[in-house]
Amino acid sequence: MDFIFTDDQRQLRDALRGYLARNNGFSVRTATARSASGWSDSLWRGLAGDLGILGLLAPEAARGIGGNATDMMVVMEELGANLLVEPYLETAVIGASAFGAAHAAELAGIATGDLRIAFAWAEAGTRFDRLPRDTIALRTTVGWRLDGGKIVVTAAPMATHFLVTARIGDEPALFLVEAGATGISQHAFPTIDGRRAADVTLDAVAVPDGALVARGGEAIERLCDIATAMLGAEALGVMRVMLDDTIAFTKERRQFGQAIASFQVLQHRMVDMYMQLELATSAVYRAVLSLDAEPVERARAVSAMKVMVAAACRFIGQNAIQLHGGMGMTDEVAVTHYFRRATVIESEFGSADWHRRRFAALSRAA
Amino acid sequence: MDIAWSAEEVAFQGEVRAFLGDKLTDDLRASGAHMTSVYADPGHARAWQAILHEKGWVAPAWPVEHGGTGWSLAQRYIWQRERIAAGAPPVSPMGVQMCGPAIIGHGSDEQKAFFLPRMLSGEHFWCQGYSETGSGSDLASLQCRAEEDGDDLIVTGQKLWSTHAHAANWGFFLVRTATLDRPQKGITFLLIDMTSPGVTVVPTVSPAGENIQNEIFLDAVRVPKANVVGAIGDGWTVAKYLLEFERGGAAYAPGLQIDLDEIKQFASEVRGDEGGRLIDDAAFADAIAQARIDVMALEIFEFRAMSDAGAGRYPHAIPSLMKIRGTELQQRITELRLLAAGRYGMAYQPQAGVSAGPVHFPHGEDAFVGPREAAIAPMRYVSERAASIYAGTNEIQRNIIAKIMGL
Ligand SMILES: Cc1cc2nc3c(=O)[nH]c(=O)nc-3n(C[C@H](O)[C@H](O)[C@H](O)COP(=O)(O)OP(=O)(O)OC[C@H]3O[C@@H](n4cnc5c(N)ncnc54)[C@H](O)[C@@H]3O)c2cc1C
Repeated sequence: MDFIFTDDQRQLRDALRGYLARNNGFSVRTATARSASGWSDSLWRGLAGDLGILGLLAPEAARGIGGNATDMMVVMEELGANLLVEPYLETAVIGASAFGAAHAAELAGIATGDLRIAFAWAEAGTRFDRLPRDTIALRTTVGWRLDGGKIVVTAAPMATHFLVTARIGDEPALFLVEAGATGISQHAFPTIDGRRAADVTLDAVAVPDGALVARGGEAIERLCDIATAMLGAEALGVMRVMLDDTIAFTKERRQFGQAIASFQVLQHRMVDMYMQLELATSAVYRAVLSLDAEPVERARAVSAMKVMVAAACRFIGQNAIQLHGGMGMTDEVAVTHYFRRATVIESEFGSADWHRRRFAALSRAA
Repeated sequence: MDIAWSAEEVAFQGEVRAFLGDKLTDDLRASGAHMTSVYADPGHARAWQAILHEKGWVAPAWPVEHGGTGWSLAQRYIWQRERIAAGAPPVSPMGVQMCGPAIIGHGSDEQKAFFLPRMLSGEHFWCQGYSETGSGSDLASLQCRAEEDGDDLIVTGQKLWSTHAHAANWGFFLVRTATLDRPQKGITFLLIDMTSPGVTVVPTVSPAGENIQNEIFLDAVRVPKANVVGAIGDGWTVAKYLLEFERGGAAYAPGLQIDLDEIKQFASEVRGDEGGRLIDDAAFADAIAQARIDVMALEIFEFRAMSDAGAGRYPHAIPSLMKIRGTELQQRITELRLLAAGRYGMAYQPQAGVSAGPVHFPHGEDAFVGPREAAIAPMRYVSERAASIYAGTNEIQRNIIAKIMGL
């Protein structure tokens, strides 16, 4: 057993932290989020070229780095702390994990920054269930035809490609579709955390044979588990900043002639925030280190993690706002932006209720 | 003691329903039913107030001689419940619920004659200027200065978080007229015409992207001493009197019950985690049940509090207790709404509701995706974090109760 980061991982973290502080500080990041496109091409190129982290999970043969899940956890936590709005999770985690050797060109495209992926899995009729119900893939003479609709597809407006879940008969499958393909339409909107998303309709979208990326429910469950685990890692960065900012603020802010951090009720609140963060961190470690385990063990670790992370996001987020007083209800302070991201993370890839049920079902079966 | 409505009260309910059914236009109804925060849009609130004014129902809690309705406790409760259920917007609280009682309790006859009718008619739209950069929870430390100059006071300073100051033409302020041994002394309660030279209002943008609160800069603003409520230097007495109204004046339970009814309705129209309707999910049904149980207890507590006897062993703790419990449940209900919204709770779509001020974040125009309830849910969730901060934070309320309990 070993819970120590390697020197390489520490260097990766420091390099990334420094790079983001220089190139994507809070005001830059917020301006990007509110720009017409909602993302920064130059930052994206920097993640690919200067840092090379877009290809972190891609094999070296596909111009990637061949990193592992723990490396990715380190990266995701830093991106969370920086509140990055670009589709890194969708592209470098989900995309890179979805593609195998048959899609080496796409893996290379991820590493070079040419691909930006959106993961179109959720449907109006499935709530948090991951497998497709109303999106259908039909065999054609030249490939596949896709019909259906997906809701709140994050990063869709800025994506070059979609990974779309669809049913082939009763079998769930995953397809790669160009964002501009004929038959795709988007209703785009911002999300409360300053990102972009869209409801996406697929109307007789024709894709070639090679667009079929994976078949079977387990492939999609695994992909979603990887995404959820890495979202949990991101949440750690988000929560760490909220806690640090709250501690700094309460030491600075004076009322009744003393720093408000001297009030015991606030001290205990911050202690509880800290405890929640430490336990969430532990749950994330277990989930990330279980991603290669057999499916039930992996799924239980990931769902357990999401329950813990959702609760921690809520507790830390709400109390960070509360302890900032009126300042916590303005757009001026960073903590309110982190709070909104934490709120989205709570339910992204399944609410705490959904994951608790899944955990219980898996535990009964085990 | 009797927990059931009397025949007269049931008849009154019918009268209220008929009035609301008759007078509420679709536009007004939408402005109350689809609010993105606890605040109504000032335009709609004023339009509705004009209708209420005609009927004489603007200020049910005021004494009859000043324009109150003379309703019983039960009638006031019925009115509040029916109003919210019908989707009527609330009348802006800063005038009728806050400044009004201060003037009635401590104002001069001239002030009563001039301000109260205009407050009722909506000609004057009020804002509150208490908080400052360095003075929030510790309000008594406020620094905004007022110097005497003949028949006037000259006011210079800065106020923060003033709700709807950008829409208001009058404001009630706490200013410092003297620095004495205790910070509570030397504070003056002052009514300021917001169109006076030297008053500048700068918008504050909330985490939901809305401009509802504002900063107010006062630069040598000349205000007649006739606008002082109570005596110069005795403003803390007036402010304390008014704070009780701000904290305990409105009952929370009627609105919370309507909220729960709405969530239940919505949850029976959307899919849950167990394959059926959300309302049939065990976890969700439990959460709704718990909220109902909490609201039922609060409801009777509020009745007890409003009736003369005063509730509990520490009656002075009641407004604080109501404020804590009411806002905690309000916030809980926004969590349930957000949960019911599912994935659509991530979308930022203020256009699906009615904002109480200009929206500053980029957003779509008319069309929105998903059900309207879901689109509004994240706005309410984010906005309502303020409920445990404004009107005295919930930590401060607990401090107050602890003191009253002799701890
Ligand atoms: C939406 C909104 C609307 C508002 N509208 C108005 C308005 O119209 N007019 C107006 O004048 N003001 C208004 N306010 C301001 C409001 O009254 C203040 O925000 C509030 O009093 C808290 O003060 P503060 O923001 O300075 O926080 P602080 O007093 O700095 O408090 C920060 C944190 O410290 C805690 N704290 C402070 N002292 C203690 C203590 N002794 N023990 C334990 N904990 C403590 C607080 O509970 C809070 O969690 C509004 C605020 C909001 C958010």
